[in-house]
Amino acid sequence: MLYFTKWKAALVLLVCALGVIYAAPNFLPAGTLATESSYLPGKQINLGLDLRGGSHMLLEVDTDSVLRERYDALADAIRTELRQEQIRNRPREATANGAEITILRADDVEKAREIARTAEPNTELSGEGNNIVVTYNEVAYRELIDRAIAQSLEVVRRRVDELGTTEPSIQRQGENRIVVQVPGLDDPSRLRDILGRTAKMNFHLVNNEKTAADARATGLPPGTMILPSADEGDGIREYLIDRRIVVSGDNLVDSQPTFSDGRPVVSFRFDAAGGARFGDITSKNAGRGLAIVLDGEVISAPRINEPILGGNGIITGQFSVQEANDLSLLLRAGALPAPMQILEERSVGPGLGQDSVEAGEFAAVLGLVFVIAFMVISYGRFGVYADIALMMNLILVLAVMSVLQATLTLPGIAGIVLTVGMAVDANVLIFERIREERRNGRTIINAIDAGYRSAMSTILDANITTLIAALVLFSFGSGPIKGFAVTLAIGIITSMFSAIWLTRLLIAAWVKRSRPTELVI
Amino acid sequence: MKPLHLIPDDVNIPFLKFRKIFYIASLLMVLASVGLFFTKGLNFGIDFRGGILVEIKTNGPADINALRDNLGSLGLGDVSIQEFGEPDDVLIQLQRQDGDEEAQMAALAAVTNALGDDVTIRRSELVGPKVGGELKEAGFYSVVISLFLIMVYIWVRFEWQFAVASVAALLHDVLITIGFFVITGVQFDLATLAAVLTVAGYSINDTVVVFDRIREYLRKFRKMEIPDLLDLSINSTLSRTTMTSFTTLLALIALFVFGGEAIRGFTMALIFGIVIGTYSSICVASPLLIVLRLKRKIPEAEEGQEAGA
Repeated sequence: MLYFTKWKAALVLLVCALGVIYAAPNFLPAGTLATESSYLPGKQINLGLDLRGGSHMLLEVDTDSVLRERYDALADAIRTELRQEQIRNRPREATANGAEITILRADDVEKAREIARTAEPNTELSGEGNNIVVTYNEVAYRELIDRAIAQSLEVVRRRVDELGTTEPSIQRQGENRIVVQVPGLDDPSRLRDILGRTAKMNFHLVNNEKTAADARATGLPPGTMILPSADEGDGIREYLIDRRIVVSGDNLVDSQPTFSDGRPVVSFRFDAAGGARFGDITSKNAGRGLAIVLDGEVISAPRINEPILGGNGIITGQFSVQEANDLSLLLRAGALPAPMQILEERSVGPGLGQDSVEAGEFAAVLGLVFVIAFMVISYGRFGVYADIALMMNLILVLAVMSVLQATLTLPGIAGIVLTVGMAVDANVLIFERIREERRNGRTIINAIDAGYRSAMSTILDANITTLIAALVLFSFGSGPIKGFAVTLAIGIITSMFSAIWLTRLLIAAWVKRSRPTELVI
Repeated sequence: MKPLHLIPDDVNIPFLKFRKIFYIASLLMVLASVGLFFTKGLNFGIDFRGGILVEIKTNGPADINALRDNLGSLGLGDVSIQEFGEPDDVLIQLQRQDGDEEAQMAALAAVTNALGDDVTIRRSELVGPKVGGELKEAGFYSVVISLFLIMVYIWVRFEWQFAVASVAALLHDVLITIGFFVITGVQFDLATLAAVLTVAGYSINDTVVVFDRIREYLRKFRKMEIPDLLDLSINSTLSRTTMTSFTTLLALIALFVFGGEAIRGFTMALIFGIVIGTYSSICVASPLLIVLRLKRKIPEAEEGQEAGA
């Protein structure tokens, strides 16, 4: 057992060599990597956001609002057909549960159901009595949600790209969630601001019959609504505007922050169709107010003085420079198909990340020094071998993490430190066993042999149980905790190699070389 | 130089003689932990409760009272403000705001506005009510599933008495570690939950080493009384048990002292858990085998290899 075949020894050394090669890039300054990459692997360990600084955000797309919008449109379409057939009906409040219509005359219900059934493919008809409910079937529902999420992802990506950071990661999670990770962000509140808004911008005409206050008192004229002002600085709190959208934000092709009369404003440009409509509306409605509505709030409602024919315009409002920048960014990137909520946000500034790395490194090195010293004190020459294995283990952990491109987090550093303590466990088990076997009177080689052999199943049992905990942590944990589970799991596996095979090789070589007559352990 | 032997080679402590004391001590600790858990309760961090956390660095030592006045006037409910490691480092925590996720965002914005530009925001975390609930659930399941899988593994590898005893010891460690959190009021968040699970893995690791030895001696010393055999097994592995715990603790203490404030709760949980795990594998798990009436199975095939080695 103690004697290694040549190829076995070569294999152990090969694994060690590969470990050194793949771990090496982590010890080079980042700048030199590109030039060295011709003969060295260029992958460094991925630092988690908690170590490099950055923002993690979990967003939820309000898919109900997508459905509500679609069912609203579907109900409209059905009602148009019903009207053509002279079937009197009443709409019901739009919900995410289906397009609902009440038929007023019982005689019409049968015919109305037929119309509703064929209004759109992939729908199902239900409802009792005079009520008709049309819902999308599973296929159409899935497609609708998937499309909304895909669009949201695209818009989020465009918005984040505008921030100009490197390597943002934007991924769908589960049915209707999006995870955004942006490393190295100086100001996370900026990300919050630009992701928290739907940025649906539309132009509406301001109603010129009544003021909002009158309408509140005497009732809304048909086809109008009251919207709050985004900014109450100009004394107007609410606007009465026409429901009809005269030009939609979907027609925007560009938007830039600029200045007008020394105040920050946002300029915009329409595509051909939008420009034409805009020109048309502004020609016909001189003197009326044109409300610019963003996410249900009126940003401003300037009076139309003259036709605007070029398809260009500016939005004035009580903007700071930052707000003008953000608004133009949002308009450029486009509107989200549905509102999003921020469910979770974790941001770490660059300073803290750097401090954490330094503190973690220092603690890890200190812990390592303690353990190394203690092993030598306890087991002499054998302790030195265990220490070599321990260092090798650390190198292997770094190498495996670099190759797998696993993410190192702050708890991950703790995982490595914990592995340092536990990695020597295998050696402790073996060495204690060798001591016992010597006490029981075995010869040196016999004792070493028996030590490795008997300790083996114990080491396996002990490590597998810890590995189970690590794997469960990995599958249930999020972010930083996953990082901990990863380093712990990798550390356990590599430690079995280094503590068992490498130390055995070292001890075998020593026994062969110096033929010891006494075992000091 | 003669290597240091932490535990003398001829150690022979009659652990089993004191087992009643250990049972009572352990039972008291477990009952106290469970009782405290249901009365005082854990100090859940924002990961599980939902809420807001902001870590700031001030210019010069922070004026905690001024900060408290400033943020307290925002009307955002309980604001906890404490020094975090350094005099110019402050941790601000807000309880979950009434309402949905929007309300949390608004509160975070209000806090960052109120803090102004004089301070550097080093870290900000916001967990909405939805995610907080989900994390709590996932955390609970991860503990239950780990314990279950570990028990299955031990069951496959050993007789059932070992599986039951090791899981009892494991629960003992997990419960007492949670009790430790209740008593100290150290915040319980995702990281500390990870620490508790690691304690579970470590504790079972320790127990398995002793059980392996018991199994070996059951085959080797056929005439020995079970209590004596258990004592012998514990004593023969005592050196290893203490060595490993000691080296792991060395590494963890370095991390506790120098690893920074952010993972202090986490390392504290690990340190406590390893101490309690070492105690339980020596003083609780093995004696429990007697309670569970561990018997010697004598397979006939092995009859011939009577302890000669």
